[in-house]
Amino acid sequence: MNIKVDIKEQTEDFAKLVIAGEIDAYTAPVLREKTEPLSKQEGMKVVADLSEVSYMDSTGIGVFVGLFKGIKANGGHLQLTGLSDRLKRLFDITGLAEIMDINPEVKGGM
Amino acid sequence: MNKQETLEEQFSKILQEYINNQSEQALYAAQQFSRTALEKKVPPEEVISLQKSAMQELMPDLSPEVWHSFDILLEVMTAYGFAFREHQSLLATQKELKNEMEIASNVQETLLGTSVPEVDGLEIGALSVPAKQMNGDYYHFVHDGDHSVNIAIADVIGKGIPAALCMSMIKYAMDSLPEYRKDPSAVLESLNRVVEQNVDDSMFITMFYGMYELRSNILHFASAGHEPGFFYRYKDKEFLDLEARGLLLGVDKNAKYKRYEQAVEIGDMVILMSDGVTECRTDEGFIERETLISYINEYIELPPQEIVNKIFRDLERLQHFQLRDDFTIIILKRTK
Repeated sequence: MNIKVDIKEQTEDFAKLVIAGEIDAYTAPVLREKTEPLSKQEGMKVVADLSEVSYMDSTGIGVFVGLFKGIKANGGHLQLTGLSDRLKRLFDITGLAEIMDINPEVKGGM
Repeated sequence: MNKQETLEEQFSKILQEYINNQSEQALYAAQQFSRTALEKKVPPEEVISLQKSAMQELMPDLSPEVWHSFDILLEVMTAYGFAFREHQSLLATQKELKNEMEIASNVQETLLGTSVPEVDGLEIGALSVPAKQMNGDYYHFVHDGDHSVNIAIADVIGKGIPAALCMSMIKYAMDSLPEYRKDPSAVLESLNRVVEQNVDDSMFITMFYGMYELRSNILHFASAGHEPGFFYRYKDKEFLDLEARGLLLGVDKNAKYKRYEQAVEIGDMVILMSDGVTECRTDEGFIERETLISYINEYIELPPQEIVNKIFRDLERLQHFQLRDDFTIIILKRTK
C-alpha cells in the first residue's frame, strides 16, 4: 500500500499533479494533504494525471470530490486525465463524470 | 519497601547463581524475573540500581571505575523509564477508548436498527458486516401496509466513527420525511439537501432507494451514485444490471434523481449491495461483477437469507477473513 503524489509543474494559476500507486483509506490522507493547498488558491487550473494509479476505492473518490468542490469554489478548474477503465467506472457510477472534467487520455496540458 | 527488598533478594540470587555457574536455569529465572518486574511496573533504571547494589554486595572489591560506570548506565536508562511510564498510561487510555467504542457501536446498532419485514409474496435476505467496529454501511426497510416495501441501502464514503455518526443523521433525516417516502427520487433529493448542508465537505454518501409496489409488483428506484445492483430474471435465468444514474449525496444541492422502474415476475430477484462487496480484493486482484454473479448463481435455489450468508462466507474466505470495507448485501425475491 503506497502512493506517490508529485507536483510536476506549478505556476501561480496552474499545477500538474502526477499520482501513482493505490488510493484507499490508508493513502487517501496523504493525497488530501498534498492537494488541499491547491484547492485554496484563487483561480487554479489543476490537471491530475491518474494513469499510474493502480487502485482507487470510494475513499479516493471522496478526496477528488473535495478537491473539485474546493477548486471550483475558488474559481478554478480541475481536470482528471489518464483514467483506467476501472477508475472511469467509479466516476460514472457516482455520477461525478457528468459534473467533473474527466478525460481518459493523458494530455500535456489544458 | 517490602516489595523492593524481595525483588532485590530475588535479583541478587539469580545474579549469584549465574556468576558462579552460568547455568541455563539462571537465565530462565532472569526471564521470569523480568516478567514479574514488568507486572509490578518496575522502571528500567530501577533494574540497573538492583544490579549495582547486588554487585556491591557480591563483589565489594571491584574497582571504583566499575561503580562509576553504573551511574552512566543509570542516567541513560532514565529516559527509557519515562518512555515506559508513558507506555503504561497510553495502555490505560487505549483500554478506556476501546470500552467507549464498544458502547458507541452498541448505541449505533440500537439507533440504526431495522428489521427485515415479513411480507406475503416476498422473501427478503439481508446482511451487513462492518470492517471495523462501527459500520459505515446502512440499510433500512419500511413496510407500508399493503401498499409497498421500501428499501434504502447506503454507504458513507469514509470509514469508522465519523462515517457511522453521519449515518445516524441520515437515518433520522429519512425518518422525518414520511410524506415523501413513496417516491424514490423525492427521497434522494431531500436527503441530498440534508447532507449538502450538514455534513463535512469531504464526506459523501451513496444511496440506493427502492419502493417495491406490492399490488403491481413493480420496483421503483433511484440511485445516488450507488454501486448498481443486479436484477435476476428467473424466466431467462439471467442477471441484468439494475442500472440507475445519479450523483452522490452531498456534492450539489440542486442534484436531480431520475426514477426508474423494473417489473418483477414470480421467481425474480433484486440484489442490492455496497461497494464493499464489489471492491472485495483477493490475491488475484479484484472480484469482478461476473465472478460475483457466479457465486450468487451457485446458491440461486436457496432462500435469500441463506444466499446472502453463503456469499458473505465465500467472499470473507477469499479475503483471508480480513474485511477491507464494510459489507452489505440484500436480496429480495418475489415468491408468488
